Amino acid sequence: MQVSKEKKLEMLRSMLLSRRFEESLVELCKIQGKIPGMMILCTGQEAVGSGVCSALNPEDVIISNHRSHNHLLAKGADPKALMAEIYGKKTGCNKGKSGTLHLAVPEINAPCTSTVVGGGLPISVGVAFAQKYKNEKSVTVCLFGDGAADEGSFHEALNLASLWDLPVIFVCENNLYAGAQRYEEHTKVKNIADRAVGYAIAGEIVDGNDAVAVFEATRRARERAVSGQGPTLIECKTYRCRGHGEADPQHYQPKDEIAEWTEKCPIPRLRGELLSEGWITDKELQELEKEIEKMVADAVRFAEESPWPDLEEALEDVYVS
Amino acid sequence: MQQLGMGQAVNQALREEMARNPDVFIAGEGVGVSIHDNPMLPTAGLLREFGPGRVKDTPVSEAAIAGLAVGAAVAGLRPVVEIMFNPFFTLASDMIVNHAAKLRYLSGGKSTFPLVVRIKSGAGFGAGCQHSHNLEAWVAHCPGLKVVMPSTPADAKGLLKSAIRDDDPVIFIEDMMLYFAPGPVPDEEYLIPMGKADIKRKGQDATIVTWSKMLGVAMKAADRLAEEGVQVEVVDLRTLVPLDKETVLSSVRKTGRLVVLHEATRTGGFAGEICAVVTEEAFSSLKAPFRRVTGPDIPVPVSPPLERFYIPDEEKLIEAVREIL
Repeated sequence: MQVSKEKKLEMLRSMLLSRRFEESLVELCKIQGKIPGMMILCTGQEAVGSGVCSALNPEDVIISNHRSHNHLLAKGADPKALMAEIYGKKTGCNKGKSGTLHLAVPEINAPCTSTVVGGGLPISVGVAFAQKYKNEKSVTVCLFGDGAADEGSFHEALNLASLWDLPVIFVCENNLYAGAQRYEEHTKVKNIADRAVGYAIAGEIVDGNDAVAVFEATRRARERAVSGQGPTLIECKTYRCRGHGEADPQHYQPKDEIAEWTEKCPIPRLRGELLSEGWITDKELQELEKEIEKMVADAVRFAEESPWPDLEEALEDVYVS
Repeated sequence: MQQLGMGQAVNQALREEMARNPDVFIAGEGVGVSIHDNPMLPTAGLLREFGPGRVKDTPVSEAAIAGLAVGAAVAGLRPVVEIMFNPFFTLASDMIVNHAAKLRYLSGGKSTFPLVVRIKSGAGFGAGCQHSHNLEAWVAHCPGLKVVMPSTPADAKGLLKSAIRDDDPVIFIEDMMLYFAPGPVPDEEYLIPMGKADIKRKGQDATIVTWSKMLGVAMKAADRLAEEGVQVEVVDLRTLVPLDKETVLSSVRKTGRLVVLHEATRTGGFAGEICAVVTEEAFSSLKAPFRRVTGPDIPVPVSPPLERFYIPDEEKLIEAVREIL
């Protein structure tokens, strides 16, 4: 099936927004005390979240991980609320309690993000169970990295989801590194998608730097899920251009490897496609980039100008009652 | 009034809440088809009544069971999942400690996790330490979880119904030795609020604070002490979190003496918390130092005399009370 102009533009737009959003975070991280804690970015991997989320309906749920900015922006999160949260401000989407790592945006059906490696997998099975239980025609997507596929939770989640034919799509962003370990140093099997066989579910390998390919694979998986054919394991082959956090000097990643993958950046790729298909002009592109530039600048200004939470707020939100 | 074991009382609570609210489902290893197939056990017969859509037998996958609860709860259901033995909670603990307990806070209060984890616990059935290990202090130490440990069938039923209706994650710990001990359970529908201790026996000479199976030990000790003219007050906490400090403090203010009794091991146990609260807030009422009567700091042994030695008994409790009279 052809991928429409609108869908491709939507993907390009969300990739550009993620990239600009994270570029501004890189700058902000360099200013002492501006951003608390860790900063883990997905630069170069935007085709995954943008491709996946463009194939979803608004009521579909995503469960994300520590590299979530692209996923959430692609699903439709408000950049202002995300930026303020990353700053730890009162106006953040989680009132400054989660920071960059555990961003939760239930209003766009991204109700929780787990930074425990592999933590999202069993939770996504539970959400998908609820969707099936309530006879909803929606699906849950769990996004995780290659390192998470080594966790026991991966295997328990896939087994249960398969056993009960749950409408869940497991999307592995294989970015070749888990912490400082290269893929071959932590996993013997060549492709994580090969493990789908062990759970009797569909497995697909896609070029994770090709947003359109990710979109198409997700659409197929979604179709399987809503028609009762159970889960799919999609492995997106991509690359971690930045470290495991901005404090990581990436001494274990060959420089030429980073350069090679930077060349394969998913953004110029889709931009080039849209230009060559005549679906967008240079002028329209410039306008789009300018609009995104402004959106991110507004988000930073909003975060800067927002107040800190009141100290008593630290004691709130532990229990409902 | 009907006489039920705690297993049957839990069963009634599950049946009534499932009938009342279609969002309630149960899941766990053997909750539908149990190898024990015993009508005294908590989930007996529910599969037949509610069907496989709502009574979910799972693989042996504690992390997946707990994750199922977390995900289903955030998506609007009310899961009640079972962890077969308390030590296996360690396999589910990431989902409970790092997710169920924390994700509401991390979302700034936007996401809620109305789930119940029923955990079978307690020593006394000769299975050894990988099946018997009371971990209530672990979960009580984790903000975001509520912790219930009922001592009677009636309390178990009323508290479990409240737990299922509660919007927060609740850890509901059932002592397996209580499944088979019958007690009166009201015939009509009732709820027991969490966070409210119960004075199971009134007295003015010393306060015994306890919960779960140890209530029986406390009541027996109280009977024997009464024969000597010593009237102890027995406070059954029922829930560790929220903690009913007021009932504990007012009892200690009245009696001036405190013994805390639990089966779990001593170091870092919840008795320490009770003693600390009393020392902080009612120190001037204390006429003697408090005492803790607990399991020793060892894994639960299998050999029958050793296991009996492990579990606190009325002799040890009476001795502790006498020490501070």
